[in-house]
Amino acid sequence: MNSSPTRLVLMVATRKGAWLFHGDPGRDAWRVDGPHFLGHTISHVQLDPRDGRTLLAAAKTGHLGPTVFRSTDLGKTWKEARRPPAFDKPSNNLPARAVDHTFWLTPGHASERDTWYAGTSPQGLFRSDDGGDSWTPLPAVNDDPQFREWMGSAQDGTPDGPKLHSIIVDPRDPQHLLFGMSGGGVHESRDAGRSWKTLIEGMEVVEGFDAATVTFHDPHCVRISPANPDRLYQQNHCGIYRLDRPGTAWQRVGRHMPADVGDIGFPMVVHPRDADTAWVFPMDGTDVWPRTSPAGRPATYVTRDGGQTWQRLDQGLPQQQAWWTVKRQAMTADALPAPALYLGTTSGELWIGHDGGSHWANIARHLPEVYAVEVAELT
Amino acid sequence: MKVLVPSALRSYTGATQVDAVGDTLLALFADLDQRYPGLRFRVVDEQQQLRPNMRIFVNGQGVRDLGHALRPDDFVAIVLALSGG
Repeated sequence: MNSSPTRLVLMVATRKGAWLFHGDPGRDAWRVDGPHFLGHTISHVQLDPRDGRTLLAAAKTGHLGPTVFRSTDLGKTWKEARRPPAFDKPSNNLPARAVDHTFWLTPGHASERDTWYAGTSPQGLFRSDDGGDSWTPLPAVNDDPQFREWMGSAQDGTPDGPKLHSIIVDPRDPQHLLFGMSGGGVHESRDAGRSWKTLIEGMEVVEGFDAATVTFHDPHCVRISPANPDRLYQQNHCGIYRLDRPGTAWQRVGRHMPADVGDIGFPMVVHPRDADTAWVFPMDGTDVWPRTSPAGRPATYVTRDGGQTWQRLDQGLPQQQAWWTVKRQAMTADALPAPALYLGTTSGELWIGHDGGSHWANIARHLPEVYAVEVAELT
Repeated sequence: MKVLVPSALRSYTGATQVDAVGDTLLALFADLDQRYPGLRFRVVDEQQQLRPNMRIFVNGQGVRDLGHALRPDDFVAIVLALSGG
């Protein structure tokens, strides 16, 4: 028997605050810690895996501007970032921009202690080298005329603002970065963000538009396989994709999803040790895009063969009249021997999918709309 | 001068009303940020614009121009715009 059983913490970011749920080693009992920042819109909470105790939370309120809160004691106390993500003065004759909210937080490479990346709305990429206390804009993205054309303006974005998201640091190489923009495509850097190349070949766009135009591409969530970092998965506005590097063409593996469910959704989760296993959470993307579970019957779908086949996993979830869905940061998996899935819903519920989503159990109800769920193991 | 602070910013000031100095609203917010680090960015964005849904009243008159000149005996109120439900 393990002498120091793993403890888990779930970091739940919602429209009205953040909560931490501390789990026992069996993942059966959860102790709630929260709300933190009640009334703040929290887009993301992340733990620094390099020290196991530093938390960052991306926050704003309905009226107040954006900021980042930082805790070095696992949420017991919080301190505001000295310099939250903020754009530079305008350059290259581009319009001035102001950060509306920080949307995405990614810890830096294991070898680069205290580095973090942040993605914002409107789309911007930022880096911190001091544990999230101060943030520097990356001009090769934020002030580049070509990127700005791809990003468009707030008028071109989704109702709650265009997002820069899915910031990925290759676990083998801190210089190798990826991110997605809704909209504006997937982009890759091999030099720590000084230069970028688009990575959109094979990705589809809404019917009638030109797939060669970067701005029309709307990746919702891009993930790298921890087991094989040459493999990427993507949930897109237009399907589910897989890309095996050094290849450059995404394959629409969502074509193998059931036709009556489709392959539209927000989150994408990859198994911690098996690059062929990944999960999605389909939503209704028909006519006006209800963004609900298809037919009011929520389910995850899993592939265990790299997207060639998909199986429905809904045991324990409501079987009818459940009109919620799951946003792009609100589904994740732990890295225990039999990984569990976790998801937070737009109706404020928190669920655990034991044994890779084979049977679901509710952890919490009546939370505000859940924006993000992350899980970490504490030692 | 006296500055009235909304409840949403009292985690910074600890008080409803504070003293600050400045010959313009921008200078006033710079002084407030010195005294209460982080406060300015919640109200004024990085392009020196008042954030949406925030309002400033100087002696009871609504002001949006942060270059607005101030006198030492002015009374400045920072207000969350009332709207919606």
